[in-house]
Amino acid sequence: MIPEIGTGLLLVALILALYGAVVAALGARRGRLALVESAQHAALGVSVLLTAAMLLLIYAFLTFDFSVRYVATNTNLGTPFYYRITALWGALEGSIVLWAWMVGLYTLIVILRHRTSARELYPWVLTVMLSVVAFFLLVMTVAAPVFARMATIPADGRGLNPLLEDSGMITHPVALYLGFTGFTVPFAFAVAALVTGRVGDFWITTTRRWTILAWYFLSLGLLIGGWWSYHVLGWGGYWAWDPVENAAFMPWLTATALLHSVMIQERRRMLRLWNIALVVLTFSLTLFGTFLTRSGVIASVHAFSQGSIGVFFLSFLALVVLVSLALIAWRWDTLGAQGELDSVVSRESAFLLNNVLLVAATFTVFFGTVFPLLSEAVRDVKVSVGAPFFNQVNVPLFLSLIFLMGVGPLIAWRRASVENLRRNFLGPVIVGIVTAAVLWVLGIGSVLVLLSLGLTVFVAATIAVDLVRATRARRRMGERTLPALGGLLRRHNRRYGGFVVHLAILVVAVGVTGSQTWSVHTETTLQRGEQAELGGYRIRFDGLRESQESNHGKVTGSFTMLNGRGAGTVLEPAKKFYPQEQSPIAYVDYRLGLIDDVYLVLGDFASDGTSATVKFQVNRMVSWIWLGGVVLTLGTLLAVLPEPRRKAA
Amino acid sequence: MHASAARVVAPTTLILLLLLSGCPPSAQQPSRPIDDRQVHEVAADLRCVVCQNLSVADSPSEMAAQMRAIVRERLAAGETPAQVRQYFVERYGDWILLAPPRRGFTLVVWVAPLVAVLVGLGVFTLLVRRWTSRQRTAPPPVDPAMSERIRRELEREP
Amino acid sequence: MTRRAWRWLLPLTAVPVLTLLAYGFRLNPRDVPSPLVGRPAAAFALTSFDGAPMTLEALRGKVVVLNFWASWCYPACYEEAPVLERGWRSYRDRGVVVLGVDIQDKDDAGRKFIRDFSLTFPNAPDPSGKVSVDYGVYGVPETFFIDRRGRIRVKHVSAVTEQVFRDTVETLLAEPGPDG
Repeated sequence: MIPEIGTGLLLVALILALYGAVVAALGARRGRLALVESAQHAALGVSVLLTAAMLLLIYAFLTFDFSVRYVATNTNLGTPFYYRITALWGALEGSIVLWAWMVGLYTLIVILRHRTSARELYPWVLTVMLSVVAFFLLVMTVAAPVFARMATIPADGRGLNPLLEDSGMITHPVALYLGFTGFTVPFAFAVAALVTGRVGDFWITTTRRWTILAWYFLSLGLLIGGWWSYHVLGWGGYWAWDPVENAAFMPWLTATALLHSVMIQERRRMLRLWNIALVVLTFSLTLFGTFLTRSGVIASVHAFSQGSIGVFFLSFLALVVLVSLALIAWRWDTLGAQGELDSVVSRESAFLLNNVLLVAATFTVFFGTVFPLLSEAVRDVKVSVGAPFFNQVNVPLFLSLIFLMGVGPLIAWRRASVENLRRNFLGPVIVGIVTAAVLWVLGIGSVLVLLSLGLTVFVAATIAVDLVRATRARRRMGERTLPALGGLLRRHNRRYGGFVVHLAILVVAVGVTGSQTWSVHTETTLQRGEQAELGGYRIRFDGLRESQESNHGKVTGSFTMLNGRGAGTVLEPAKKFYPQEQSPIAYVDYRLGLIDDVYLVLGDFASDGTSATVKFQVNRMVSWIWLGGVVLTLGTLLAVLPEPRRKAA
Repeated sequence: MHASAARVVAPTTLILLLLLSGCPPSAQQPSRPIDDRQVHEVAADLRCVVCQNLSVADSPSEMAAQMRAIVRERLAAGETPAQVRQYFVERYGDWILLAPPRRGFTLVVWVAPLVAVLVGLGVFTLLVRRWTSRQRTAPPPVDPAMSERIRRELEREP
Repeated sequence: MTRRAWRWLLPLTAVPVLTLLAYGFRLNPRDVPSPLVGRPAAAFALTSFDGAPMTLEALRGKVVVLNFWASWCYPACYEEAPVLERGWRSYRDRGVVVLGVDIQDKDDAGRKFIRDFSLTFPNAPDPSGKVSVDYGVYGVPETFFIDRRGRIRVKHVSAVTEQVFRDTVETLLAEPGPDG
């Protein structure tokens, strides 16, 4: 029953989406408002149907309806309740449903917010968004039918991939997809602008908040992914430059570039072509990401499957890219560069350099990711491009970007005078150099670490300089310090939100630098009662115990921390044996700290429990990365606040 | 300048202190001294063959543990890191190296980022030149008192 | 071409990348070609599950089918085990030896596998994984066909079929030995 109803809902939604896309375009071309309204209703219908389909699927999960193949392959009778709900996006078919549902939701929000304010562009925005939804509906009914019926209903399902039974996996896809799908809106507006010829600033100022929020969710998704990788996968790392990680990172890079170049367009009316190209590139990269994840073209930790679905995604990606580029070519004249720069030493210049570096980094990551394909296509030889490559080539780019982060916000628009440079940068530069010198004297020899930390301090100092000076200016006018600061943040919330976001990046950078440089690890076999020591921490192996959970067997090791902060804590890394998996899944246990994480992974063990091999790591500064995420959230919230009404001066 | 410098130094010192408190003395060496770091260095360059994109150093899989043991054995027997890597390359091909060799066709992937940056900087320079040359017409003269006032006003508000 | 027409090259710039991605569909990222084919097979000295020594040296002059498997490798190893056993029984009198190496496995699981499929050809565990690495093994099952001169001639990834076994072995049997 459910498979049929579900498929029916999706097919009707597909028809409505296609209808709406066509009708909205017709309405725009002929100026018939009634058509556009009809498309609106169609969009509403699509959202309702998608929601219903999703709820139906969740219902199937909750009632163990194994007649639905997706339910049977992703849960079993032992799967805990909350994972049965999140299993919705645990595998390929369901993730498409989630994606489409989000685009549908965003379409509704666009309708509510922009149907009166963006009259000209609006119908075309609808067309694009409904086309995207239609594509995903096509995939989930034809290429990877989510409501496919099992030929014979099994007594029990296969079960969720055990690596997904974790809180990180509950939130990571949701955040990531909110980010990915969020870029559909600026893209739709960009296409609408190209089609209608209204390529001025309106489309981009309208979508500014969309871009920021999509960027934020993408950042959050990446960070949660890192957290999940860190505490579940058992290798003690948070980023492996896996092709699918790269595929999510690339749109983040271009979106960051966009966030900055938008400001140039707003202030100086330049870079219109560039911004449209960036939006198209960002959206295309999100499609490229889903293509990589689902086509199996490049081997990856995430690769869901291989099959015809890859062809669907590549075709759609090709369609989007070719049509967008053709539209840009068509409107080339109106997008012409009206650039005017007073001086190369200016904020415009800094932002342009920021864009150059970010796009260069995107290209690097892209080229490195597809290079194995290229190598095999050209000379039939398989090569790997992994972390050592990406780390080496990207670090200089990222360090330069951090430097620009300090320069950009403070350097003057148009032309920075020597006076302006001195007032803003002399102090921070000195502080940065002094920091590096002090660290060098203290024994840190690595040039990269010195650069990284020195630059971080430099940028932090520039933020401090600006804050202090601005607060002082307000204080001179009679306000007390705290209200002055508060008023400052509120009045110029975009600017200071940006500062807080920069600060968040700094915090993450410190976390990355620290963890890459000072983490230590070892692997050792311990007898019961034996101790191991690493990084100043001592642990003692106390024994093993077996247990049976609802859907897996478990062997848990018991290790006591003997000294340092957290002395007395018992860490219990385990090995989980799922009947449907060929090899056991490691369950990591750790004690997090601001500076030190003590991290244990259980390896082999003697069947009588007298000895166990354990991977023992002391990871340093990793928590700073997650803290950076918190700061990022605060900064984004500040930045998206509605502008306060300017009081009559 | 001094007062504002002091305002800047204080938070920076705090950050410094935080960083310094985390700096370890020379790391406690685990039971087998020198080889552990060397093993890790070589293993980090090798691809774990049963995982997707993890290095032999990082992978928790059994095969990776066996490969690490082989690396350790060969290093202890006196082989150089390059020879150990070569041993694996002879049996698995260049694919086993996580970063492609810097010669021949695979040099392309190493050079590409550099080219990208150079092209970007080149475009940047070109554009900057073109855009600053547009500013040829002299702006009309401004009353210096007004200009001074404007300057002070601008530099006060962020 | 007029200046206006140049702009239409813009969409074309995307075509090479899209083509490359499409090409990716023809590839199998899990299929890694071995540089060992055509080279002398590495020597090894293992002890079979029965306690007998198992070396390659002793088999010079015979065609050797060296199969790497594991008890947890389902379904491929389960499919090919009977194929290998039948091949062993048919060709053992013609100078062909089938050897099995059990990798990344527990002894009892390995023995159970051998019992379940009534395998009579020699099988040995490879506890340290050295032999599997020496042969560039990256998954199971993998089968190496070694000629009479001790060179690896064919590496077969995934389950061996009757056809593959027969054809390859016949070809190698037809070749002269190390002295002939």
